[in-house]
Amino acid sequence: MVYLTRKAEFSASHYYHNPEFSAEENQRIFGKCNNPNGHGHNYTLEVTVKGEVNPRSGFVVDLKQLKDILHREVLDAMDHRFLNKEVPEFLTRIPTTENLAIAIWQRLAPKLKAAQLHRVRVYETPDLFVDFYGEA
Amino acid sequence: MKAYLTRRYMFSASHRLHSDAMTAEENRATYGKCNNPHGHGHNYALEVTVSGPVDEPTGMVCNLTDLDGFVQREILERFDQQNLNVLPDFAASVPTTENLCIVIYDILQRGFRYAHLEKVRFEETMMNSFEYSGDGPLCK
Repeated sequence: MVYLTRKAEFSASHYYHNPEFSAEENQRIFGKCNNPNGHGHNYTLEVTVKGEVNPRSGFVVDLKQLKDILHREVLDAMDHRFLNKEVPEFLTRIPTTENLAIAIWQRLAPKLKAAQLHRVRVYETPDLFVDFYGEA
Repeated sequence: MKAYLTRRYMFSASHRLHSDAMTAEENRATYGKCNNPHGHGHNYALEVTVSGPVDEPTGMVCNLTDLDGFVQREILERFDQQNLNVLPDFAASVPTTENLCIVIYDILQRGFRYAHLEKVRFEETMMNSFEYSGDGPLCK
């Protein structure tokens, strides 16, 4: 089994707000992230796939295909977007880094054929990242 | 759904690698320049990984302010700009980065209640790093 990681970057804005919380609760739990006009990050995404090396191609996965899937499923939908308003998953879920990693996993996993998705890592800043392995 | 959150912190400290159980020659042979009697310092990068189910109402494994507050209070305020050798944590052990990993892991394990501690990872310099996750194997 060989693991291959592809990196991508995207920039997006978001804010944290749960309509079921009071204004005070939202402010207490989410702090500055609750500013309704949003704020932005340069996200770095690392997608790791795993699989056996194909004896003919020498590849775990065709990197061009992986790149195309990443662009189509994730970057086209999220790059330079306001996540709360423009990405369907976040109309009902708060676009935390945790939920972003889960949403990206759910977008990619069904589209990958040759290799299996192993990990989605999302850096919100160089000092903060979340890993998701598809665990329930 | 279970996710793993990693937060990175920086602190600076000095240390000297020297074991009272060894002779002066053994210390020099074992620790080399790190045995210099006056010590030396590093900018340590500490990564703390916690895990847990993503809470639906907040979208979080744990609130970052709780993790940051704990690390600031219990770790950075105690270790930043200090000489590790004189701290009680290293009264009976050599302040290698291996032992630093264990000390920091134990502080988090004992006191941090908001999520499950997976591991701590230290970069002593850009060229070396150390990871510790208690007695079990490293998480993923």
